[in-house]
Amino acid sequence: MSTAGQTERSRVQFLQGNEVCAEAALYAGMRYFAGYPITPSTEIAERLAERLPQVGGSFMQMEDEIGSICAVIGASLAGTKSMTATSGPGFSLMQEAIGYAVMAEIPCVIVDVQRGGPSTGLPTHASQGDVMQVRYGTHGDHSIVCLTASNHQDLFGIVVDAFNFSEVFRTPAVVLIDEVVGHMREAVRVPEPGELDLTERLLTDVPRDVDYHPYAPREDDRLPMSNFGGVHRYNVTGLVHDMWGFPSEKPKIVNDLIHHLYLKLENRKQMLTRWREWSLDDAEIVLISYGSSARSARHIMENRRSVGVPIGMIELQTLWPFPSEMIRTKCRHAEYIVVVEMNMGQIVHEVKRAVDRPERVFLSNRVDGEMITPTDIKHLIRVIQGKGV
Amino acid sequence: MAVTDYLRKRFMPHIWCPGCGHGIIMRALLSAVEKLGLDKNDIVMASGIGCSARMLGYVDAHTMHTLHGRALAFATGVKMARPDLTVVVPMGDGDALAIGGNHFIHAARRNIDMTAIVMNNSTYGMTGGQYSPTTGCGEYGTTAPYGTVVQPFDTVELASAAGASFIARTTTYHAREMARILADAIRHPGFSVVEVLTQCPTYYGRKNAKGDAVEMMEGFRDCAVPVGPLDDSGHATVTIDPEAVDAPIPIGVFRKEVRAEYCDAYRRQVIEPAEAAAAASAAASAAAGGEQ
Amino acid sequence: MSTSRRIEINPDWCKGCNICVAFCPKQVLALDERGKAYVANVDACIWCRECELRCPDFAVTVVVERAS
Repeated sequence: MSTAGQTERSRVQFLQGNEVCAEAALYAGMRYFAGYPITPSTEIAERLAERLPQVGGSFMQMEDEIGSICAVIGASLAGTKSMTATSGPGFSLMQEAIGYAVMAEIPCVIVDVQRGGPSTGLPTHASQGDVMQVRYGTHGDHSIVCLTASNHQDLFGIVVDAFNFSEVFRTPAVVLIDEVVGHMREAVRVPEPGELDLTERLLTDVPRDVDYHPYAPREDDRLPMSNFGGVHRYNVTGLVHDMWGFPSEKPKIVNDLIHHLYLKLENRKQMLTRWREWSLDDAEIVLISYGSSARSARHIMENRRSVGVPIGMIELQTLWPFPSEMIRTKCRHAEYIVVVEMNMGQIVHEVKRAVDRPERVFLSNRVDGEMITPTDIKHLIRVIQGKGV
Repeated sequence: MAVTDYLRKRFMPHIWCPGCGHGIIMRALLSAVEKLGLDKNDIVMASGIGCSARMLGYVDAHTMHTLHGRALAFATGVKMARPDLTVVVPMGDGDALAIGGNHFIHAARRNIDMTAIVMNNSTYGMTGGQYSPTTGCGEYGTTAPYGTVVQPFDTVELASAAGASFIARTTTYHAREMARILADAIRHPGFSVVEVLTQCPTYYGRKNAKGDAVEMMEGFRDCAVPVGPLDDSGHATVTIDPEAVDAPIPIGVFRKEVRAEYCDAYRRQVIEPAEAAAAASAAASAAAGGEQ
Repeated sequence: MSTSRRIEINPDWCKGCNICVAFCPKQVLALDERGKAYVANVDACIWCRECELRCPDFAVTVVVERAS
């Protein structure tokens, strides 16, 4: 339990990444979790089954992942911050409902602890193969929020950010970690109450019996909400809808809605982008990585720096919307860019799209279920530099 | 308040075909709601996809038109967040028993206080008349041009096996009784299933030579056999004389049983003890901290 | 105390399905040349409301007003 009266020392806990997700969600005010057991994410559900009722919240084990995400969306619409957690196969099942949350603009958080895929794949091994699925997994045009972290202290803040962004932008926000981060134990300092900013839902100030437009965005693209059970009765639908939430097929309404769903996030990358960087000032080689791969990348970056190699690194914490401007600016003077990720190349294509000279972008990857080692990355750097393996 | 005061009149007339029974069910539901005197702001309706799902567009409540088959899961979340609200879920037979079958049986098992109305017209009307899980064996649909080769689900039996605590069946012919049953179902503190046999003259009726809406409703009238009264355990006896009616349809309340309701049970068994234990442990560690 | 009673039919909502006509126990209602329901014989009405309850389109309203 983290309470205000705790000593600074007792705030430091030795936790699994999955447990950090659970604790951070509670810190953010999440009070309803619905989920279904799946490796390697199950510890999130297990911890919340115990912890949520302690703070007056509810945990629910649903019949499947589809039911889980649907229940989470329903609870959020009725005013409770809600979350689910899963891994690849379950995340695939959730895609239709994630699209519903996008379309109906209902805040929710989904943690995807990635394992090897496709299909049942490698349940207990690490992978970063779901990056593109987060972005394009559900059908139709939209944007989405996806955050990740490589260590538990950052992960705590990232989960809180995910809740905040989901409320600000009324969007599903995906916390995308991998099996290594999910199962690794690390010391993490649980912040004091009030230490991290929490964004509460923006509620409408339209009074009772005055026409309320639940789907008329303000100039800043935000939609003040009225929770179900409140004084405003309106319709929520996955169909294209007008400002009252009723179905419409008028071309202008359709066009405006699709632009709104896309641009409310894509136009606000400055606010949404989280990242870390090291030694970029004189870097001729820039490593770009995220999640557990970023731990190996950082290790080799520091190792090469210590022998005089001009190398720097960017660790992405916001994957979607992709921070292309930031990448272009930071990599302007780099001779080589090496993207380190555990897939056949997903973020590497976004980096290529972002930078001025895509031919300078290389991929250091592994897809055998094992972590990328610092040595793997070092070998690639030597090849790029023409020094052989 | 009049029944029509619960309508969003600006969207009327509704989209359902002439003679479609869904409007009769909507009227019976609103009569029940009116009779119970429910405040519009306390009513949440969640629906899936299909002709049935369109009902809530016309009802002046908090309405959530969700995904095919998933309405009960969405409604479960709403109820967990706000157990005080009255939740009604209109569903079609395909919506409830095919794509949503898993959510249906588990919602019944959990016994969350909500009312599921299975508007059974034995077809997928919205997509043009394909056979559904309640289309009779040998009957026709656009995807069963040679007749179906499978047995239909019996909604009442399914709900019963899954553990629903209130189960009833009625038909659009029995509109007055339907309103009474729906009021009873909404009042029941647990998961209620009300199956309403309803006519789709446009597709199911035409494909199966069942005649027009009136003839289909006459069929419900002629085949309906009321079940017996509920016994002390809340179960009704179904006695059917096969000589009396060809293809009998038992109607009435089959089960009305008081069982622990999920939200209530979770609060009493889980939240209250866990909160108390957490508060005691926080107080103990605060006291220990003070002594050091 | 007097009671005034009437049957109102909303032709904009009526889809002419004939359900109210067919199930009226006293043959009070009929369809007109446009296929819409109308009150053909109000004197026969026993105010049972079967038409109102079974109209799928909310087009039939049986109004019973009591004035003292």
